[in-house]
Amino acid sequence: MRPNKRLNALIAGVAAIALAPAAVTPVMAQSGSPEVEITEGVLRPLQIAVAPFSGPNGADISGVISSNLQRSGFFDPIDPNAFIQQDLNLSNQPDFPQWTRIGAQAVLYGSATPQPDGRVQVGFRLYDPYRECQLVGFAFTATPDNWRRLAHKVSDVVYQRLTGEQGYFDTRVVFVSESGTGLNRFSRLAVMDQDGFNPFFLTSGEEIILTPRFSNNPNEIAYMALGEDYSRIYIMNLQTGRRESIGEFPGQVFAPRFSPDGTQIAFSISVGGNSDIHIMNLRTRQTRRLTNDPGIDTSPSFSPDGNQLVFVSDRSGSARLYTMRTDGSGQRPISRGGGAYTAPSWSPRGDLIAFTKQQGGRFHIGVMDASGGGERLLSSSYFEEGPSWAPNGRYIMFARQAPGGGSRLWTVDVTGRVVGQASYSGMAGDPAWSPLLDPPPANLGVGQASDSCPG
Amino acid sequence: MYSTRSIIRLSAVGVMVAAMAACAPRQQPEPMPQPGPSQPSQPSQPGAPTGPVNPGTLPGTAAPGSVGDFRQNIGDRVYFDLDSYSVRADAQPRLDAQAQWLNRYPNVRVRIEGNADERGTREYNLALGARRAEAVRSHLVNRGVAANRIDTISYGKERPIAQGSNEEAWAQNRNAHTAIVSGAPQ
Repeated sequence: MRPNKRLNALIAGVAAIALAPAAVTPVMAQSGSPEVEITEGVLRPLQIAVAPFSGPNGADISGVISSNLQRSGFFDPIDPNAFIQQDLNLSNQPDFPQWTRIGAQAVLYGSATPQPDGRVQVGFRLYDPYRECQLVGFAFTATPDNWRRLAHKVSDVVYQRLTGEQGYFDTRVVFVSESGTGLNRFSRLAVMDQDGFNPFFLTSGEEIILTPRFSNNPNEIAYMALGEDYSRIYIMNLQTGRRESIGEFPGQVFAPRFSPDGTQIAFSISVGGNSDIHIMNLRTRQTRRLTNDPGIDTSPSFSPDGNQLVFVSDRSGSARLYTMRTDGSGQRPISRGGGAYTAPSWSPRGDLIAFTKQQGGRFHIGVMDASGGGERLLSSSYFEEGPSWAPNGRYIMFARQAPGGGSRLWTVDVTGRVVGQASYSGMAGDPAWSPLLDPPPANLGVGQASDSCPG
Repeated sequence: MYSTRSIIRLSAVGVMVAAMAACAPRQQPEPMPQPGPSQPSQPSQPGAPTGPVNPGTLPGTAAPGSVGDFRQNIGDRVYFDLDSYSVRADAQPRLDAQAQWLNRYPNVRVRIEGNADERGTREYNLALGARRAEAVRSHLVNRGVAANRIDTISYGKERPIAQGSNEEAWAQNRNAHTAIVSGAPQ
């Protein structure tokens, strides 16, 4: 199997242009904003009509968009069988009453158009049929085999325009694929799109693979490989497939995490049974020790500004979460409840820390403020662990295992509302979410660029 | 001395027998076989040899100083309590015997592999397994085994020896395994 050629294709750039509003200018504004209200309370999913896109792979593209939006929990795509207007195309605006009659609060339509250079352009328009104005019009161009990525990028624009938050669909997830049963298990490093499609194996299964993590570069990951008599931290480039050990240490290394700028890696070294956190400058390869006590110190996770780390320590007798500055100073406990807190992950927004908590014979995924207050448990089961944030800081993927069963990937949002099995249904653990594969288009907000709706 | 493992095996057999009895159709209880009067044993003349006699090792025996000897006669694994890395009282005689054996065969090198049960998160369990391996290593060193003959590694919860999501399996998977890596025949 040669996955990397294909990966290169998937990572290939996607060009973007903004579309001016369709021929007819909007007539009269009506009252009421269609935008989703993101609150921590009850969610009212937005009724969106995603009309089948025309052109090659058009219907597949709109199908992927519809599934993405639905899975986010903020959207309730209307069954296309209910659509009255069937002849929407990019040069027209929707016949608004035909959409408001079926309750559509937003209408998305588009077209895939082959270009002279062999690429395909996916143009789309998003309308508010109540206010009768275009919310966004845009186009992305890529090679035809990248049609799923095009769909994810359209989804991100729609999500961003309607929720006001950055999207997260044009991302991938690296994870550990598990196979075999019981005592005869083996694991392989794997990567897939966030919706479970295009899974590729990155290792062949000779080593136990643990705890992969992305750097700020979506083509670069770090992970741990555990052999019979060694434990190594590797950095792998997903485009070239090349991997490199960060070095040999006097002790066992584990728990690698990149700093937000990708220039440093924090990890644990266990020497004489004592695990402490170290940090390595990846350019100079110089390593500094950050913790120095006889307790377990592991599972570091950087704050998004790169100034702090949250980590696990049992120096007080039980596993709790601590924070410190990245020079090791200012170590202090932040978790306040009973039970064992492990596997912390600092949100890319900086406001929350996700964790795994073991209490009452069950395992929970929860979040707390960066200062340790406001703890909320989002999900509970017989066993679950290892929360990883989507780049927009709203969704968390983790691994859940039933008694005697294999591990599966699950997703929850920060309110605990959207809990569901992730789209990849194979046995898998240790998910880690990538950053956006490339930066989102600028100037697509309210009142900007292609937005013709009155503010 | 019984190891935890053999006690568990024995009790598992007991459960199986009980289960089989419960499943068996109703029958009249068989009379207990009574031991008969012992027969006087008379010496008898040996007959002529009737066939070739081939040499062979009995399965289950192991040459002194071999890996098999260490496994079968000393025991290569000790068990730990939940979330604990202190050597249990019932593990100390076995570790003492491991140290004695290693002192008798000074060319043997070992790797202590620390293991944890599945009821913990991955990295914490790696750290816990490292503590267990170290607890065994320092016990052996205190009993005179040269430190440079011993490597340690933690497998965390990644290499369970017992299958199942129950207390018995977890108890077996909380262990430190003394693996012989060189200096002894199989």
